[in-house]
Amino acid sequence: MALETLNLEHIPSTHRVYAAFFRDVTNSDFLHAQLLARNPDFDYAFIEASSVISRRHLQSAIFNALVTILDGTLLSATPHSEVVLSMSPNNNIADAYRRWGIAPGKTKDLIVVKPAAHTPEAMWAHLSESIKGTPVPLSDEEISKATDWQKMRKYYSLNSVQMLSKIESEEKKRQEMERLAIMKMALRGL
Amino acid sequence: MAATEEQQFPLPKILTYPASAPPSLIAQGAEGRLYKTTHLESGLPCALKYRPSKPYRHPILDARLTKARIAAEAKVLDRCYREGVRVPAVYALDAAAGWVMIEWVDGKPVRQGINDWLGERPEDGTPAASEDETPLVDLMKRIGEAVGNLHRTGVIHGDLTTSNMMLKPWASRPSNAGDKAKAVEGDIVLIDFGLATQSSSDEDRAVDLYVLERAFASTHPRAERLFCHVLDSYKPSYKKAPSVIIKLEDVRMRGRKKSMLG
Ligand SMILES: Nc1ncnc2c1ncn2[C@@H]1O[C@H](COP(=O)(O)OP(=O)(O)O)[C@@H](O)[C@H]1O
Ligand SMILES: [Mg+2]
Repeated sequence: MALETLNLEHIPSTHRVYAAFFRDVTNSDFLHAQLLARNPDFDYAFIEASSVISRRHLQSAIFNALVTILDGTLLSATPHSEVVLSMSPNNNIADAYRRWGIAPGKTKDLIVVKPAAHTPEAMWAHLSESIKGTPVPLSDEEISKATDWQKMRKYYSLNSVQMLSKIESEEKKRQEMERLAIMKMALRGL
Repeated sequence: MAATEEQQFPLPKILTYPASAPPSLIAQGAEGRLYKTTHLESGLPCALKYRPSKPYRHPILDARLTKARIAAEAKVLDRCYREGVRVPAVYALDAAAGWVMIEWVDGKPVRQGINDWLGERPEDGTPAASEDETPLVDLMKRIGEAVGNLHRTGVIHGDLTTSNMMLKPWASRPSNAGDKAKAVEGDIVLIDFGLATQSSSDEDRAVDLYVLERAFASTHPRAERLFCHVLDSYKPSYKKAPSVIIKLEDVRMRGRKKSMLG
């Protein structure tokens, strides 16, 4: 079962989060239609993996969403929309869905997050039946194959950061971009 | 006793939830508390700065102030970080709840590094004739550069002291220096932007330097005569720095007059 349970620091076990990663997904139209139709069986956050930098980037967004869930200060309608919104540097929900949500006919690599109590076996059975794609581990290595850096630079305003051009090592540069993205998410709405 | 302690120091709610290790209280100031804890995973340490609500303030005003201060500090850190000033990265925050989680900076405050260096030196601060002061002078120069870098970006720290700077040990440079020199080695990371503001005026920058000068003199009287090296390395650090140093003379004069009157 390629469904991962995320146990984040300072998150009570009642708010455990499940996540899975599918590559080469061929039925994004169908999946998107389920969200539009508010099909209760598809109570998931579907995240466009090309807009994700790393595990830590994703975990940070999930953590931020869980903080608002624990506080009862959600800005969006549901816990899963709060996860999508938490990927964004601003509070525009439509914008967040356009950039981090599933794009019908386009999304190839998809991360599924479920921030609510659920039996993992049932969730996995449902996912593997509904998503036509290849399950892979939610690892930095797999995520990095999907990341679209041009988008990341645009979404998190990284093009204006001059210190990045002074960093020689590609690895260090990515690390710094990851941190800057996480900071933009943390400062969302301030 | 434990019960009273808990009453005195109620944890922010976020720290009452489970984590791989209990948070430790690092500092308790007038405005807030600083905990060392973890973020996302047990292997990622972070500093959590918490501003508890003040019972003597009107609750609505209190909530608004707390939120504004956490937000302001996080925004300044973000701005500095993007400009390449060495400050802790921001990981997460809940302004309404009064906390911000930032990168844990390994190392010790500059204050402690300098005191470790000075060790048992006599009151007047004169080093032994044989002593090579280069490592300490180099540290002073790095402080000047760090403050210059900050000012270049248009940020005034507002509370420059040697406690609000960390000495982050050099990872890549294998050191063959003696233990004593190690005490003052490392990169300067500026912290505690709770009183920071944005300004590019000579006056505001000079006052920032003056605050550091005064704090330095009272914290490290035995090293006061080395403060000139901070200013020496500040001066070439950005274009307007020389005029700030000139302005500093005015600010000192006013400071002296004020202390004579007071
Ligand atoms: N990011 C950090 N990493 C490690 N230690 C820190 C960090 N931030 C603060 N500290 C420690 O906690 C102390 C208090 O934090 P500070 O931000 O200066 O708050 P205060 O407003 O209470 O002075 C600092 O002097 C330093 O020793
Ligand atoms: Mg301080």
